[in-house]
Amino acid sequence: MRPGTALALGGLGLAFVLLEWVLPRALNPYYLTILTRIGVAIVAAVSLQLVNGFTGQFSIGHAGFMAVGAYASAALSVYLGSEWLAALASALPIWLARALYFPIPLLVGGALAAVAGLLVGIPTLRLRGDYLAIATLGFGEIIRVVILNVDAVGGARGFALNATSGVDLRFEDLGAIYAVVALSVGVIARLAYSSAGLAFRAVREDETAAESIGVATTRVKVLAFVVSSFFAGVAGALFAHSEGYIHTNSFSFVRSFEIMVFVVLGGLGSITGAVIAATVLTAAPEGLRGLGELRMILYSLLLIAVMILRPQGLMGSRELSLAPLRARLRGRRAAA
Amino acid sequence: MENLLQQLVNGIAWGSIYALVALGYTMVYGVLRLINFAHGEVYMVGAMTGFYAAHALGVADRPSALGLAATLLAAMATCAALGATIERVAYRPLRRAPRLAPLITAIGVSLLLQNAGQLVLGADPKFFPPLVASREAWRVGSLAVSNIQLTVMATAVVLMAGLELVVMRTRVGRAMRAVAQDADAAALMGVPVDRIIQLTFVLGSALAGAAGIQVGLSNPKIDPLMGLMPGLKAFVAAVLGGIGSIPGAMVGGLLLGVVETLVAGYLSSTYRDAIAFVILIAILLYRPTGLFGSAQAEKV
Repeated sequence: MRPGTALALGGLGLAFVLLEWVLPRALNPYYLTILTRIGVAIVAAVSLQLVNGFTGQFSIGHAGFMAVGAYASAALSVYLGSEWLAALASALPIWLARALYFPIPLLVGGALAAVAGLLVGIPTLRLRGDYLAIATLGFGEIIRVVILNVDAVGGARGFALNATSGVDLRFEDLGAIYAVVALSVGVIARLAYSSAGLAFRAVREDETAAESIGVATTRVKVLAFVVSSFFAGVAGALFAHSEGYIHTNSFSFVRSFEIMVFVVLGGLGSITGAVIAATVLTAAPEGLRGLGELRMILYSLLLIAVMILRPQGLMGSRELSLAPLRARLRGRRAAA
Repeated sequence: MENLLQQLVNGIAWGSIYALVALGYTMVYGVLRLINFAHGEVYMVGAMTGFYAAHALGVADRPSALGLAATLLAAMATCAALGATIERVAYRPLRRAPRLAPLITAIGVSLLLQNAGQLVLGADPKFFPPLVASREAWRVGSLAVSNIQLTVMATAVVLMAGLELVVMRTRVGRAMRAVAQDADAAALMGVPVDRIIQLTFVLGSALAGAAGIQVGLSNPKIDPLMGLMPGLKAFVAAVLGGIGSIPGAMVGGLLLGVVETLVAGYLSSTYRDAIAFVILIAILLYRPTGLFGSAQAEKV
C-alpha cells in the first residue's frame, strides 16, 4: 500500500470514528441535527452542480426530485420496510440489521427520483436557458402539489415515519450518514471528471460545437439530469429518515432556490465549492441565531455582498485539492 | 352558463393583476436578460405602502376616488424608488458578471425584503382599507360585476395603455427597445444604457406597486410574504406570453388568471397552484419560446 493511500484510509477511518462515536457523545442533539442537515445539503448541492455547473443546463426544480426520494423512501419504510427491519432485527444484532436495511430506502428513493428525472428531462431538456429553468421549476411545483394530494402519504398533514412493528425507522448515525454523503460526492466527482464528464463540459461550453464533434448532446444532458435526480432522491431519503417527519412545504421552490444558491455561490463547476457553500450556508442561519430577528436580514445581506464581491462564486470553477501539496512533497523528496 | 361567465369575469379581474406584475418581469428581462426574483416583493411593498399611505392620508375609512388615486400614486412612487435602488445596489455592479450571479443577488434581495418586512411591519396579516365601497356595478341575469372588479380592470387597462404609449411612441421607449435588442450597439449609438435600464426598473416596479393596490382592494388580507407565490406565477405568465414581449405578458397574465379561476371553480382548489405550471409546460413544449416570443437563431 502506498503511503498516500494509507494516509487517506487512515483519515477516513478517523473521520468515521469521530462522527460515529466521539461527536454524538460530545455534542448536544441540536448540533447533531445541524450536522445531519449539512450532510443532506451537501448531497443536494453536489448533485445539482452536475447539471448546472458541469453540463451548463439551468435547472431550478431540484427540490421536486428530493421530494420524490423523500416520499418514496418514507412510504417504503412505513408500509413494507418496518416489517423487513423487524424480521432482520430478530435474526441479527440490531446494528447489523439497520446497516443492512437502510441502504434499501436510500436506493429506492434515488431510483424513483431518477425515473422522475428521466420523465421530466426528456421533454424539457430541449428547451434552452431560462425556458428550461422555468419548466424545471414548474415540474418541481407540480410534483409537490401532486404529493400534497396523495392521502396515503399524509397529504397536507405531513408524513411521519412511525413503524407499525415497533422498530425505529429513524436513521441518525452521523458516521453512516456521512458515509452516504462521501460516497455520493465521490461518485459525482468521478463522473464529472471522467470522459463522460468531458462530454458534459463540452455541452456546457458550446452545444453546437459539441454536437459537431460527435457528442450526443441530448443523451448527455439527459444522463446528467438523471444522475443528478438520483442523488437528489438520495438526499431526500436521507432527509426523510433523519428528520422522521416530512411535509411538502419542505420541498417548495424556496428549497430549490436554496440549493441553487449553494451551487452558484460555491462556484459553478466546482464540487468542493458546492460542498463548502452548502456547509457554510446551512450552518450560518444557525450560527447567527444569537442575533434574533436580525439573523435572516444579515443572512440575505451576506448573500448579496458575497455575490457582488465574488461574482464567479467562492471557488470559481476550481477545486480544492491536495494535488499541489502532494506535488510539492514529491518534489522535495526528489530533490533530497 | 352564467356561472361560467361569472368565473370568466372573476378570472379576468384576477388576471389583470398578474398581467401588471408580469409586465415588470418581462421588461426587465428584455433589457437585462435577468429574472428579477425580487419583483414579487416589490409588489408586496406596493400593497404595504398603500395600507400605510391610506391611513396616513386619512382616506382609509372614507372611500373616495381621490383617496384611491392618492394611495395608488404613493404606492407606485415608492415602488419606483425601490426598483431603482434595487437595480443600482444589487444588479448594476454585476453587469459584466456571469449570468447566474445577479440571479443570486435577486434571491438575496427578495429574502431581504421578506424578512425586513416581517421585522419592521410585523409578520401578522393586515387588512387593506376598503378604498372602494364594495357594491354591485352591473348585473345581467345572475352575472354580477362588482365595482372593485371594474376599478381593478380599468386601472390595469389605463396603465397598460400608458406603458404601450411610452414604449412605442417616446424617445425613451425607443431607447428601451434598442437596449433590449442589443445593449452594446445601443451604447455606440449614444443611448445611456445604464439610465435606460434604471428607467425600465422604475416603470416595471411602479406597475407592480399598482398591482399591490389592486390586490389589496380585491383580496384585503396582506402580509410580508404575500409576494412569493403571486410573484412566481406572474413570472410564469410572462414566460407563457414569451418573456421579453410586452403584449405577451398581458395575454399571459389574463390567460393565467382565467384558467386558475376556472380550475378552482370547477375542479379543485388544491390543484390551483399546480395548474399554472401545467399550462406553462404544455405551451412550452409546443412553442418553446412562449406564445409571443420569437425564436432566436443559433449563431455558430
